[in-house]
Amino acid sequence: MAIVFQKTKELTDKPTHYCPGCTHGIIHRLVAETIDELGVGGKTIGIAPVGCAVMAYDYFSCDMVQAAHGRAPAVATGVKRARPDNVVFTYQGDGDLAAIGTAETVHSATRGENITIIFVNNAIYGMTGGQMAPTSLPGQVTQTTPYGRDVSYSGFPVRVCEMLSTLSGVAFAERVAVNNPANVRKAKAAIKKAFTAQIEKKGFSIVEILSTCPTNWGLTPVNALNWLEENMIPYYPLGNFVDKTKEGVR
Amino acid sequence: MGQKYLMKGNEAIAEAAIRAGCKHFFGYPITPQTEVAAYMAKQMPKIGGTYLQAESEVAAINMVLGAAAAGVRAMTSSSSPGISLKTEGISYIAGSDLPCVIINVMRGSPGLGGIQPSQADYWQATRALGHGDFQVIVFAPSSVQEIVDLLGKAFDLAEKYRMPAMMLADGMLGQMMEPVEFPETEPKMAEKPWAVTGHNNERPHNIINSLYLTPSDLEEIVVNRFKRYDEVKKNEVMYEAYQAEDAEFGVVAYGATARVVKSAVNQAREKGIKVGLLRPITVWPFPEKEVAAFGNQVKKLLCVEMSMGQMIDDVKLAVNGSCPVEFYGRTGGVVPSPAEVLKAIEEMAK
Repeated sequence: MAIVFQKTKELTDKPTHYCPGCTHGIIHRLVAETIDELGVGGKTIGIAPVGCAVMAYDYFSCDMVQAAHGRAPAVATGVKRARPDNVVFTYQGDGDLAAIGTAETVHSATRGENITIIFVNNAIYGMTGGQMAPTSLPGQVTQTTPYGRDVSYSGFPVRVCEMLSTLSGVAFAERVAVNNPANVRKAKAAIKKAFTAQIEKKGFSIVEILSTCPTNWGLTPVNALNWLEENMIPYYPLGNFVDKTKEGVR
Repeated sequence: MGQKYLMKGNEAIAEAAIRAGCKHFFGYPITPQTEVAAYMAKQMPKIGGTYLQAESEVAAINMVLGAAAAGVRAMTSSSSPGISLKTEGISYIAGSDLPCVIINVMRGSPGLGGIQPSQADYWQATRALGHGDFQVIVFAPSSVQEIVDLLGKAFDLAEKYRMPAMMLADGMLGQMMEPVEFPETEPKMAEKPWAVTGHNNERPHNIINSLYLTPSDLEEIVVNRFKRYDEVKKNEVMYEAYQAEDAEFGVVAYGATARVVKSAVNQAREKGIKVGLLRPITVWPFPEKEVAAFGNQVKKLLCVEMSMGQMIDDVKLAVNGSCPVEFYGRTGGVVPSPAEVLKAIEEMAK
């Protein structure tokens, strides 16, 4: 019998702890398939965040480090400076990357640190039970914005790719979504470009992936995918912001 | 031993670290440790090493974590307020069983405090370099030569016991110039089969982690780590006894303060007071047995520190009531003079 589909070897057999309908599973698959297809699993080192993906070290087959909240880009910097020929990526959520870890994110980007960041933006703190994230939308109801996010009081959501695209060290920045098969395919292509940029030593690369949190959004998985499309994409437009993959090595 | 160099303490820290095989340094500017970073910035490019100025102390210690996880000798350096920022990362490094060396060139505090020498971070260094049940090996050198002699050992022990080591210096040691000789031995790097180097499809994946959600699992990990700490306590205590053999009165002091105390002890001896000094070189592990024996030998002990009295807690725990323990200290960046310490010794001996 011909094998037409099998799980990538870059994911372990460990069952994940993610909630039903959460899109972390899809994103893990896309990252793992990319590592597999590029043939770099043996030399890849991943950095797990604090947040829902805290136990990503059990799910990816490559060597892994678990970092403190927001510090994954600093840990990745240390790993990469020690082993510049390895492939180093971080996998971070919105609270981790755009709130407590903003300095680490911005400065690893402006240094042109030759690492890849997989940024999962689901507009909420998932693991702690649904508090306002730096990327929660205006008016969005969360545990800590029970009357809806009032931007005059809590400020505005951060558009990470747009902010980072102003920095000279960034080689690749793209925002994608995983709400339908067409977008999932585009997300995979962006992740592959980001890893390729690193392998070609072009500098900092980031893929922001709009993702769902049915549990904390209080929606069914299908309605969560629709909510992402109707609410998140208008505020966080999909597309490429920086692509220096065609340029020569810095 | 070979050539003698006249070097600032901070520069000697950097040179000794490089000679100990440290090729990865992550720092952030702060007085009075600045020359450590400046020296690294100058030397690292020449030896194919990394000097990286981080965006914060928080980032610098996490870069150390990453480099240590990847298996290299990594170091960071700061002064008191900056060490407070590093404590989050130090706790993660300890919880992940990673070796590294951290320099604290102590200055007056709390808060922004001042920039003159101090020993007010003793409690932090020996009790609370971050949240949780853990220890860090803490060396307290009292000369530039001793910094050099201890730095290689700090890396060796950090690797042997898979835990962070700290060099607890102060603004006086960091800024003073003294002649130093560097050891000519090549550093012996430990094997690190646990490091994240990329598994090259030849072994299962390595995971560097401090998260254990099952309480009994976490308890077991911590208890086993403390068994390692017991080994450190058994094997690695360092101290110096000065004029202590026939002493009827004792002083306990460490670091730069111990130098002042030595002068005062000499002057007191000239006046006929039989006083000696016990100088802890490791403050964790603390020389408990040696201080206890000293307490049994003498009529009284005097602790001299550049703080309001922090190491005195360890001295009192060690002597466990067997003799009175008095205190003399200056704080805020004020260095006690030999005359002041002599007066305190004379008071004790009354």
